[in-house]
Amino acid sequence: MSAVDLDALTGIAQAAVRLALEAGATDAECTISEGSEFSVAVRLGEVETLKEASSRAAGLRVLIGQQMGASYTSDLGDDGIRQMVRSAMELAKLTTGDPFAGLPDASELGSISTDLGLYSESVATLDTAFKIDLAKRAEAAALAFDPRITNSEGGGFDSSTGARIFANSRGFAGAYRSTYCSLMATPVASLDGAMERDYWYSTARDSERLESPEQVGRIAAERTLRRLGAVKVDTQKVPVIFDPRMARSFLGEIFQAVDGRSIYRSASFLAGKLGEKIAVDGFTLIDDGTIPGLFGSQPFDDEGVPTRRTVVIERGVLKSYLLNSYTARKLGMKTTGNASRGVTGNAGIGHGNFYLENGSVSPEAMIQGIANGFYVTEMIGSGVNTVTGDYSRGAAGMWIRNGELAFPVSGVTIAGTMQEMLTGITAIGNDLEFRGSVAAPTLMIGEMTVAGR
Amino acid sequence: MSYSESFFASKFQITRRDLENYLSEALSRGGDYADLYFEYLSTSNLSIDESIVKSATQGVSLGVGVRVISGERTGYAYSDDLSPEKIKRAAQVAAMIASGPAKVDKSSLHEGGRRNLYPVLTAPNETAFEERVALVQRADIAARTYDSRIFQVQATYADSLKHVMVATSEGVLSFDRQPLARLSVSALARENGGVPQQGYSGGGGRYELEYFQTSGTPERFAAEAARQALVQLDAVEAPAGENVVVLGPGWPGVLLHEAVGHGLEADFNRKGVSAFSGRIGQQVASPLCTIIDDGTMQGRRGSLNVDDEGNETQQNVLIENGILRGYLQDRLSSRITGAAATGNGRRESYEHIPMPRMTNTFMLAGQSDPEEIIRSVPKGLYCANFAGGQVDITSGNFVFSASESYLIENGKLTRPVKNATLIGNGPEAMKYVSMVGKDLKLDEGIGICGKEGQSVPVGVGIPTVRIDRMTVGGTA
Repeated sequence: MSAVDLDALTGIAQAAVRLALEAGATDAECTISEGSEFSVAVRLGEVETLKEASSRAAGLRVLIGQQMGASYTSDLGDDGIRQMVRSAMELAKLTTGDPFAGLPDASELGSISTDLGLYSESVATLDTAFKIDLAKRAEAAALAFDPRITNSEGGGFDSSTGARIFANSRGFAGAYRSTYCSLMATPVASLDGAMERDYWYSTARDSERLESPEQVGRIAAERTLRRLGAVKVDTQKVPVIFDPRMARSFLGEIFQAVDGRSIYRSASFLAGKLGEKIAVDGFTLIDDGTIPGLFGSQPFDDEGVPTRRTVVIERGVLKSYLLNSYTARKLGMKTTGNASRGVTGNAGIGHGNFYLENGSVSPEAMIQGIANGFYVTEMIGSGVNTVTGDYSRGAAGMWIRNGELAFPVSGVTIAGTMQEMLTGITAIGNDLEFRGSVAAPTLMIGEMTVAGR
Repeated sequence: MSYSESFFASKFQITRRDLENYLSEALSRGGDYADLYFEYLSTSNLSIDESIVKSATQGVSLGVGVRVISGERTGYAYSDDLSPEKIKRAAQVAAMIASGPAKVDKSSLHEGGRRNLYPVLTAPNETAFEERVALVQRADIAARTYDSRIFQVQATYADSLKHVMVATSEGVLSFDRQPLARLSVSALARENGGVPQQGYSGGGGRYELEYFQTSGTPERFAAEAARQALVQLDAVEAPAGENVVVLGPGWPGVLLHEAVGHGLEADFNRKGVSAFSGRIGQQVASPLCTIIDDGTMQGRRGSLNVDDEGNETQQNVLIENGILRGYLQDRLSSRITGAAATGNGRRESYEHIPMPRMTNTFMLAGQSDPEEIIRSVPKGLYCANFAGGQVDITSGNFVFSASESYLIENGKLTRPVKNATLIGNGPEAMKYVSMVGKDLKLDEGIGICGKEGQSVPVGVGIPTVRIDRMTVGGTA
């Protein structure tokens, strides 16, 4: 994989912006995304699939006064770029003027200057045989862990290198590269004809920082084994603990509720609640796109605004929504540098590293304090309504009896409202760990409805 | 249409000889099978929010994916550049999965049948943009005028036109032109400054734009979205625990998609990791259930003339009178297990490896009068609409989220209840089906199915069905 020529791509983006202005646009912004991906999947010790490719795309958004149009192309040659400009201009003439449409002010544009450590040359030069070997070792470790691990959906190693370029008519031009790699194992365990699967993974910007394949395989096996023999429990209201993976999923729902687009539409249970106490004292939720090496970091957002650290909830009080320039104008606020988009269209809202600050309780102590409760390690379905806060999802995990993980449970749901969950948190773990751009420690909620038999 | 008139031949001057050469390159290291998937996709997307057309996007992407199979191993590479050097390079990368001398004889390509399940002369993507803008504007007005309590409306229209060509080392050469369009409306209702409630509706398919003028009108979808939002204003807590559940006709067919469909995809079953693995010929549902996956339905969202591996789609019986009959195959699984092709090899784009996927999945109508089904329930839940679902194919546990449901009390629908997740276990849940209505209805055409990171359009359908036991995830 050769290093991408960022200057050449930046030149293409700036040329597209210039062409749009020449064609009559009053403002324009162009995004280019370039990437190479590699993935290997192994199953039962043999390579199952090997995939390798690279691709690139450009997207343009133009404004004619307050009217916008957007287009994209995978052809970055002159003809492709010219066609992209024509397409966007054609559409801008057909949309309705939006008084709030526009780019960020020139004074808001910029890029943070610290090295975020997003790119590691080593990922681009990893040997294929080495990557296959990592995947094989992760799966082998899972298969060897226990005789009840009888099958596998395999082991996998993925890596990618990418570049992101953005230029606009207010003078911004920026580019950065990033790398990513991940290692994963998904074993299947069986007992008395019933099967269970689970997975574990490690991700990093650089392959040396991945957990060892042996550890990934072992944890995957442990997580899978403890699901064997799961039963459905009776319907009841009990304390519920979310393991970090599930707490992270809960944070993902909160993110939707603080997304500026749902706020200005009143389509969030947190709309209009700024300054109010919405969660327990210990609950401090941060969005920070500037932490070196993490997955949610980038030097500027997808509108050319520098990323930053935003306190979303501080000691239970809602302090800030997450905004791009459009939603900020709608709400009479300032952008928080959270613009996000694919390559084209209006920017949406994305998060940086969106995490819940550590508490002080160990997960073990939380479990020990519960006489009868549910430790949740898996949730499925999309039964969360962030407009109303109603929460209802399929769940699996371990039942807690007298302070111990007693037996596995599946086929049940947990339900409540997000409002009650936030104010009903009884403990926050001390085990925060960044495995992706959303991270949370173990979280305990005083009471939720578990529906089963 | 002859090959020379086909899209890729005429627009990109790709000859049959070129295709044969790329396939030879792909098999040069001893692979058993290779295929090429060419794709040219134009899309447009526009949305209205606060009565302003805030977003309008159009664009084109194209590329080719090269796959090589060697035994059970797959090598895959793609290029977004159709120049001969780039395609050849992708073929060489995919070929690396095998190691040895070439062993497959070059076979000449022959074209398959040319049926057309979507005889769309002018695809919506090819019409004047103004006409499409009018659709979202009409939806916005219709939802706002439906009731004064509707205070926010968003409508989105999206269409695409995909030209595909598949060439395989077994000599298959197929091409298809796949139009698709969809209009969806979301409405928020609020009463006296209370909690807002959301309603959602939409539809579409592989039709001409005229479909949105005659059948799937913006006014119809807007009214439905508004109605659903208003219903929720009066919703009470959903019950918690096991209940008798009656599913209404149409979109609740998502049950079949999650409870049965995914678990019958051949990749999982070949590997023995599905709760349905090794159960062909066994009773896995009530004898009242016959479940079909049919990729050949005229104009439907999940239909395809040929799948993304060049096989014609067909009607496949998955479960017949409760007995498991067959799996959904892709080429790799049918090669390995010797099963006949079912036309279910699909992929999101040229960047993706095909997998067994559903098309349009539904249950055949039964004998019962839908009214009689509701009357038969002393206490239970009636689900009219769902927001989607998910399944763990290994344990068989699946969920689906009810977005519009009502309590059934003494055989009558009474109060609407809040959104709740329903959970069951695939091979078990379907055994509790005790009544099947004669009112089979297909969904409106908005389904998107995700699997291993790949999204494809699908359809579902079901008649009114009574399920004697299912866990409902409410709080009451």
